Amino acid sequence: MMPRAGLLALLGASVLLSAPALAQNLSFEQVSRGRELVTAGDCVACHTPEGAKPFSGGRAVETPFGNILTPNITPDRATGIGAWSDDEFVRAMQQGIGRNGEHLYPAFPYTAYTKIKRNDLIAMRAYLNTLEPVSNAVDVNQLPFPFNMRFVMTFWNALFFTPGEFKDNPQKSAEWNRGAYLVEGLGHCASCHTAKNALGGDETAMEGGNLQNWFAPNLTGDKRVGLGGWSADDLVDYLKTGHTAHTAASGPMAEVIEFQTSKMPDADLKAMAAYLKDIPPSPDKKPTPLAADDAAMKAGAAIYADNCSACHVGSGEGLPKLFPALKGSAIVQSDDPTTLLRVILEGGRSVATDGAPTAPAMPAFDWKLSDAQTAAVATYVRNAWGNAAGAVDARSAASMRGALRQE
Amino acid sequence: MARKLPTTDVVIIGLGWTGSLLAEELTAAGLNVVAIERGPWRDTSTDFPTTIDQDELRFGIRLDLFLRPSQETFTFRNNLSQDALPIRQFGSFLPGNGVGGAGVHWNGQTWRFAKTDFRLRSHLTERYGAKFLPEDMTIEDWGVTQEELEPFFDRFEYISGVSGKAGNIKGEKIAGGNVFEDPRARDYPLPPLETTYAMKLFDEAAKGMGYHPFPRPGANASRSYTNPFGVTMGACTYCGFCERFGCGNYSKGTPQTAVLPVLIRRPNFEARTLCEVLHINKDGSGKRATGVTYIDAQGEEWEQPADIVLVCAYGLHNVRMLLLSGIGKPYDPKTGEGVVGRNYAYQSASGARLLFDDKRFNPFIGTGVLGQSMDDFNGDNFDHGPLGFVGGSGISCASTHGRPISTSQTRAPGVGRWGADWKKQLASTYQNSTGISGQGSVYSYRDAYLDLDPTYTDRHGRPLMRMTFDWHDNERKMTNYIADRCTEIAKAMNPKSVSTNRLSDHYSVVPYQSTHNTGGATMGDSPKTSVVNKYLQSWDVHNVFVVGASAFQHNAGYNPTGTVGALALWAANAIRTLYLKNPGPLVQA
Repeated sequence: MMPRAGLLALLGASVLLSAPALAQNLSFEQVSRGRELVTAGDCVACHTPEGAKPFSGGRAVETPFGNILTPNITPDRATGIGAWSDDEFVRAMQQGIGRNGEHLYPAFPYTAYTKIKRNDLIAMRAYLNTLEPVSNAVDVNQLPFPFNMRFVMTFWNALFFTPGEFKDNPQKSAEWNRGAYLVEGLGHCASCHTAKNALGGDETAMEGGNLQNWFAPNLTGDKRVGLGGWSADDLVDYLKTGHTAHTAASGPMAEVIEFQTSKMPDADLKAMAAYLKDIPPSPDKKPTPLAADDAAMKAGAAIYADNCSACHVGSGEGLPKLFPALKGSAIVQSDDPTTLLRVILEGGRSVATDGAPTAPAMPAFDWKLSDAQTAAVATYVRNAWGNAAGAVDARSAASMRGALRQE
Repeated sequence: MARKLPTTDVVIIGLGWTGSLLAEELTAAGLNVVAIERGPWRDTSTDFPTTIDQDELRFGIRLDLFLRPSQETFTFRNNLSQDALPIRQFGSFLPGNGVGGAGVHWNGQTWRFAKTDFRLRSHLTERYGAKFLPEDMTIEDWGVTQEELEPFFDRFEYISGVSGKAGNIKGEKIAGGNVFEDPRARDYPLPPLETTYAMKLFDEAAKGMGYHPFPRPGANASRSYTNPFGVTMGACTYCGFCERFGCGNYSKGTPQTAVLPVLIRRPNFEARTLCEVLHINKDGSGKRATGVTYIDAQGEEWEQPADIVLVCAYGLHNVRMLLLSGIGKPYDPKTGEGVVGRNYAYQSASGARLLFDDKRFNPFIGTGVLGQSMDDFNGDNFDHGPLGFVGGSGISCASTHGRPISTSQTRAPGVGRWGADWKKQLASTYQNSTGISGQGSVYSYRDAYLDLDPTYTDRHGRPLMRMTFDWHDNERKMTNYIADRCTEIAKAMNPKSVSTNRLSDHYSVVPYQSTHNTGGATMGDSPKTSVVNKYLQSWDVHNVFVVGASAFQHNAGYNPTGTVGALALWAANAIRTLYLKNPGPLVQA
């Protein structure tokens, strides 16, 4: 009789052999590099609903046109991508075309993934093949007519999609090129940080974008609303730990840091920082700060002293690694005050990472401040201590309050 | 019938300071740890954020964060001749509840018990002779020395973020610190908190009389601070809502601000909240615990098997858990035999209230630890020979708070609780008054103890624990001696008037005094006079460790948490380095 361990090994082998073209990809190098790349792409975030098995799909991605459910990308042959060939996988990633030739929607960021090199995609596939196959059939397309007609994507692609793998810029360092590859490709930072036009195509790159009642800030070198005031080390700290001396990540970026950047190698984070720090500032639209004797500023100053100064302190400088500085903050001064209003009304918890486990949180003030008071304190912090940004009106606060109730 | 769960390496009863410190050490050592906590999960931003944490009515008066007597209470009597009655509203002491335990709502005062405390019977006998001690005083040596504990005091101070000024680093005395303290390896992690006007007046008066005042040490962060676990605390804002309150500013050292953020990230840690342990289970031999049985919020009973059981509830509740589980022999005051429940002790309060004409103390600027203290009359820092008593008190002028409701109740003698006179009095005294207080030792006696009540039971039908306690003459003498010293210093501060607070004739559980209940599961070097050995390991059931102020053989004139924290880390170290390698009794009886 065959020893039991041997029988199990044989069974295992037959399962592996039944998946086509798999064995060649299961080298240690392929799988471990693939895991790093899948992490750098944060695939797990969109492809895993809360509480579900990783990568089993079904999480709703909100778009202005309706919801799309993410597919199951575990190697289950019937409901996942186990039956796909490598070429089919590469075509989906680089061209946004599904296994049966259908167009995928750009909620799946193939507009960025098109830059990923083929050998990296093969490594990612190799890693995905090591996952536990989960049977979970997802009806991806939840869009209303006419957006549920996939052929409309042909026209969209013609307008907004430039396919093609990333090409190194020989004028720049290897580090810069690695950073550009990660930021523009796998990291798909522009998915959130670039505003979308009415058809969902990109506006000017990296000048910030509004989604899910958050504003993903400007990542250009602008000093007031972008990364101009950040050092490359700040950026590495932020991506690695979610915290710097002056700011903390919360909301969707907290998730990016938790699942993606905190797990990336330092060299990649440094490369991303080098590239991001090299994006020239967007055109300066710096408004004149409101005068201190403006009525909203006076009301805002009083509300700030009573409600905010215990943590963010009177000078707006916060406490290092605990309470973010409002003075000089890009989030506070962004033309779009969405995140500021959201955090005042709803509060927010910063991300916990191994490097910064504290995860301090801000309490909600929606029960305590009226719309007018919320607007006044937002206006105040946008224009105190050398900050400058447009006044916020009570209607914006009311509309954010309403939007948060819908969530 | 309890349903049986899979075995874990360690089960912890109670997730406060001691439970979280032990869980941190043992999960770091790779063990699977399940902590069972009968109260709710508690977190700074959701349970006591800055937007609500200064609600004095909710937290300070209605005691939102505390244990409800309907969940567990005690019966009380002053002496053996009385019938004990249940405490239906907690008064003189306030047990905590929920994750963080009393570590959430403490003031933060962090002291080290003195070298002499850990060998109190030997020390006092050596200095004054055995006959100097009252016959019914049952103080013991603790089986551990302050020198052994020094690294663990140090570690607790660095974990909890203590502000203070050292008075003795490796034997070198440092003026401005507590020159009476025993040698420490290094200074506190943070400099002292700011000094208020009242503290300054006290400091000058005390120095003028030849005493040695120093800033009171404690876990209110004077600066932003990142502890050895990488958890960051914020600088204190001196809002004055500490004791009875959670801190919304991440400024008070608590399990929440110091330990839990790293603990909850560990996959080998699990907390089960709103689950109450009913008893510890033992195997047929009675010498080994097999785990615990607990009841969840749905009323379902579960058995959690474990290789090690850590009893980390509030000190009093630790003792009851042992009594209910039949671990250790219950103490009998008639014969003096048995140990569980023996040497229950408390603290005594005394002091002086000062009223000035022309001062403005701004009492609303304060924090739990803030105060100027002196140890000239604490422990055995002064010659008791001519005085006819032992023990002593720390003496402090504190600026802990000026909270509206409680401050309005501190009134001059003869003034009512309401009406025009009261208002006038409050308006004129709020700014003009301050106090000097003594926090005194209470030593242990044959008739001060804990046992199971013969009459009253809890909602599960288990006997309540009975407390039998009163002041003894030694403590009356000591406390009144301290009251006189406080009054002398008060007079040197040149107030308009001074009133002296002395010890009441008999202890009462009604007015608030101190949540520093100690003893009952004491540590020592003999199973005849202690429940646990020097590593806080049960003499009788080797895989049970009982951690907390329940281990104290007596109570000193210091707040207990620094010593509790050090003992927890000391026990954790013993489990990690000794017990895991060779499970069994660490000290042969």
